[in-house]
Amino acid sequence: MIGNPSAEAFVMAVLLTLLAAVTLAIARQRNMFGVVILSSIYSFLMASLMIVLDAVDVAMTEASVGAGISTVILLATLYLTGSMEYPQRRSVAIPLFVSIVVGAALVWGTIGLPAFGISDAPIHQHVAPTYIDFSRKHDMPPNIVTAVLADFRGFDTLGEVTVVFTAGIGVLLLLQGGWRLGGSRPDDDTEGDDEI
Amino acid sequence: MELLKTFAAHYNYFITIFLMISGLFIVIARGNLIKKLVGLSLFQTSVYLLYLTPAKILGGTAPIYEEGYKLYSNPLPHVLMLTAIVVGVATLSLGLALVVRIKEAYGTVEEDEIFAKDPEAE
Amino acid sequence: MRLDLILRVGAKLVLPFILLFALYVQFHGDYGPGGGFQAGVISAGMVILYAIIFGVHAAKRIAPPIMVEMMVPLGVAIFTGTGVASLLMGNNFLDYTGFAHDYLHAHEWGILIVEIGVLVTVCGTMVAMFYAFVQRGRS
Repeated sequence: MIGNPSAEAFVMAVLLTLLAAVTLAIARQRNMFGVVILSSIYSFLMASLMIVLDAVDVAMTEASVGAGISTVILLATLYLTGSMEYPQRRSVAIPLFVSIVVGAALVWGTIGLPAFGISDAPIHQHVAPTYIDFSRKHDMPPNIVTAVLADFRGFDTLGEVTVVFTAGIGVLLLLQGGWRLGGSRPDDDTEGDDEI
Repeated sequence: MELLKTFAAHYNYFITIFLMISGLFIVIARGNLIKKLVGLSLFQTSVYLLYLTPAKILGGTAPIYEEGYKLYSNPLPHVLMLTAIVVGVATLSLGLALVVRIKEAYGTVEEDEIFAKDPEAE
Repeated sequence: MRLDLILRVGAKLVLPFILLFALYVQFHGDYGPGGGFQAGVISAGMVILYAIIFGVHAAKRIAPPIMVEMMVPLGVAIFTGTGVASLLMGNNFLDYTGFAHDYLHAHEWGILIVEIGVLVTVCGTMVAMFYAFVQRGRS
């Protein structure tokens, strides 16, 4: 209908291979600044991949959250903790063995899954057509993702917002909550002209 | 030939698994706590891919209604992953806040040194 | 950071458009990609960019910490309040049918209010986390 299915699959394969390469680089890199920048690149590649996978809303979120906010917060943490990782003293044999066994088990389980991109896979048969048809019949907003997010599954989203709220409260308690134990609240710095 | 066809049809899943076990490896093998958290977020990102891959229909379009298009990709995994990304960064920040507190208490973020300084950890 | 003229002028040019884009993403979310989560993160990104270029002290004048911390629970309260309001109108929790006379309008109102709740919480949480991390180093 739009685009060429084999071209879509080709672009996707290239992006996936790049993702794997960036992951290897993250695993090998010792300088933590390098790790943070590589994970930012990883997020951008992931966002591009999500656009090819037709998940435009998710791609927008990943580009702004993964490459924006989480990079800034990781850099702010590095400023507080220092940026070099020590050379490894332990052997990597056991972790490598565990990872490979888990990976082999997952690959074995994957072979039975339906092939990528076909329209009669079980996932497309049950609840998704109901959402699409119902929102069409009642003239709901054209963006079906928004309709499902805020209307059909509003309770789900309420749960997620509550998790964000709880995590935010947790960070504030951990980093600003010292005032309860007798000290003064670490607030209102005296001079404010500084990079992070 | 048949094997190659199966491999091509499941390439997305194989890369997803590769990302997943790389995240797992970093979490187990590395001693630096920040590196561990980056590995954990790699693992989490592979889960986004695991959900979004089956949602795609080749030749379909993004789930935004428009006259003339009949075939839409599945919107439900998109909704689940949309919220998961924002929750993911919130929990990553919580982990980093814990790392900052550990650094202030022990003076290091390397796991071995933390264990060495903590007599009750052995 | 005092002499970065290009950065400062460039940031001042870009900042209003980032905020405008956040509002577009928020209110056009029914018709294109976007919604409360994305808009919240983008507007938090604007505050963070301002803080990186002009200093945290300046950022705290446009987004005071007390306001940011109030926004964190306020969004959840808006979301839950919408649910309770629909309960009081005799429908299920978060069923917006009672908000207006016809089905389409009622649900558009419901989605709009709920997305504003999401925006407020996400934006507040991200900026509050950023302030918490940045303040920690200088106390």
